[in-house]
Amino acid sequence: MVLAAEGLTKRFGTREALRSVSLEADRGELVAIIGPNGAGKTTLLSILAGLQRADAGRVSHAPEEVGWVPQQAAVYGKLTVRENLELFARLEKVGDPAATVERMLDLTGLGERADDQVGRLSSGNRQRVNIAVGLLGQPEVLLLDEPSAALDPRQRARLWEFILALAGQGTTVLYSTHDVQEAERHANRVVVLADGELLFSGSPGELESTVGEASAARDFESAFVSFLHQRGH
Amino acid sequence: MLWLLLKDLKVLKRSPLLVALLVLYPVIVAVLIGFALSRGPDKPEVAFYNGVPRGQSEFELGGTKIDLSDQADTLFDAVDPVRVNSPEEARRLVRSGDVLGAIIIPEDITQKLRSGISSGEIEVLYNAEDPAKRQYVENTVRSQVQAANAALTRRIAGEAVSLLELIRSGGDYRFLGNEIDVLGLQRSAQILREARADLPPGPLRARVDEVIRFANLAQENLTFSDEVLAAVGEPIKVRAQVIKGGSTSLSSFAIALAVTVTLMFITVLLAAGVLAGEREENAFGRLVRGLVSPTGLLAEKAGLAAACSLIVATLMLVGLGLFVELDWSRAPLWLVAGAFGALGFAALGLAIGALAREVRTASLLAFMLGLPLAFLALVPSGAVAPALYDAIRGISALFPFKPGLDAMDVALNGSGGLAGPLIHLALLALAFGALARLGLRRFA
Repeated sequence: MVLAAEGLTKRFGTREALRSVSLEADRGELVAIIGPNGAGKTTLLSILAGLQRADAGRVSHAPEEVGWVPQQAAVYGKLTVRENLELFARLEKVGDPAATVERMLDLTGLGERADDQVGRLSSGNRQRVNIAVGLLGQPEVLLLDEPSAALDPRQRARLWEFILALAGQGTTVLYSTHDVQEAERHANRVVVLADGELLFSGSPGELESTVGEASAARDFESAFVSFLHQRGH
Repeated sequence: MLWLLLKDLKVLKRSPLLVALLVLYPVIVAVLIGFALSRGPDKPEVAFYNGVPRGQSEFELGGTKIDLSDQADTLFDAVDPVRVNSPEEARRLVRSGDVLGAIIIPEDITQKLRSGISSGEIEVLYNAEDPAKRQYVENTVRSQVQAANAALTRRIAGEAVSLLELIRSGGDYRFLGNEIDVLGLQRSAQILREARADLPPGPLRARVDEVIRFANLAQENLTFSDEVLAAVGEPIKVRAQVIKGGSTSLSSFAIALAVTVTLMFITVLLAAGVLAGEREENAFGRLVRGLVSPTGLLAEKAGLAAACSLIVATLMLVGLGLFVELDWSRAPLWLVAGAFGALGFAALGLAIGALAREVRTASLLAFMLGLPLAFLALVPSGAVAPALYDAIRGISALFPFKPGLDAMDVALNGSGGLAGPLIHLALLALAFGALARLGLRRFA
């Protein structure tokens, strides 16, 4: 177990964005957090990343022990790919910034674009830089907020190839997504949130089984929608 | 924090247009404000007709020649004369608006002045289409004519003093080309005293004694005549005294103002922009996850903005120093005042950036706030109602422009104590810094 959260609750005024959510993740596991809009997916990831504080509950790790990749690329457009990586490597106080940057450039396949300003890169490449920055501290856990949003199918395929390789190397990856079929394809486990409540945690197959044959779900997305209906959402 | 600072400098270096605008705009605004403040209005164009024939502008007063054209020169210091050939032409130019007024000197003015029994008279015409300009021309011409009158009076009084001295002491006097020996009261008394000695005691000697006493008394009293006539020539003297404020000249104040305006715009815009920029680049959330503390981030942005603006302001002062006389021995004080001012402005900029959260909104807000603050700080007492002036002073005290300007004025011109404005700026920097820190709570 490399990540555990227990009883996380978050309120914004009178609205409860998260209601006593608990989850765990193992080393190398790919966990997709899915749910309708306003379910609390980004709030849950923000608390796990240390960007927001939970009103109740606890998280097993310190914020700096996990890598964080926000939905919008959090990198400087006027700096080159290399300069962005160097800057964050130095701020993260990694042992050998130059070597780490080279490793990240290799890992992301951005070596040829290393001296290009990030603002001139495609959204797919910007997202790769964004992920590379999240990985600079060599975290055991990487949190990604809708990593494939706004990417075209080819960029999306390359992104998942990269993330799956990370998981294959032992990095635990938690990501939120609106694309349910993406979750089915690229997650060992799906966590379903609705109205701040955790409704399900298990493999995509287990979610389909939970819905049952009576629902006549033809695919995972139909099963997911049926599941939400069954639970009153 | 050092790496963030280097990053910001690199970003600025790669935005040359932005940096050029950021530096040039405030410098141009500052120079224009300073120029407008230190320079009076242009000389108004006034038609000038001199009816006195050439070579006849001189008249003699008690043996001294006075040239009217010398008095006209005084007038031309304040107006730009358009010489015309007739009073009708002068009237036509005023009517058409080509000139704001006209001065017509009649042909007989020197004769009247020469007579000593009637005043010379000049005619002044105004174009009243623009009331403000009319007022200015009217005041200018009237004050210059009064100055000419006063100068003539002084000359006449001076001449009278010479004549009285001649009556008292005697001597040569030139009149209509003839040399006249004037005996004078002093020598008359002497002659009488000598004659008295030869007279036997009796009524004649007593009468001579009376004349001698009169001559002595007249001599003694005439001694004061020069003072009396000087008082007639200038009955009211002006003794100016500054009760409140420093002794800063208008041009020195304009320099302090120009430097403070530059300092304000660059610092506020830069601090607000670079802070809001961290949010627009989505980097703020990533940075404050343990990489940099929010307070450290604010300190870095404040330091960057203050250092950049201080460099520009110092270069501006050095540049101005090539054309205007500055007291270079006070240069360390310029830096102290500039640094405190820049910190105050930086804190204000950070508060704007933290509250606006977007670079464009922050820039707009910084502009919208900056100019009114500068103008409010320049409203003089007496220009508005006392209650409104108190309100303006209160508002100005809540922002760093007024204490920044005061500090720079003191540093440049030594027009008071520096500690007060510096403490004021430090307190404002802390207050706006705290506001910015609060604003960061809803920044991510």
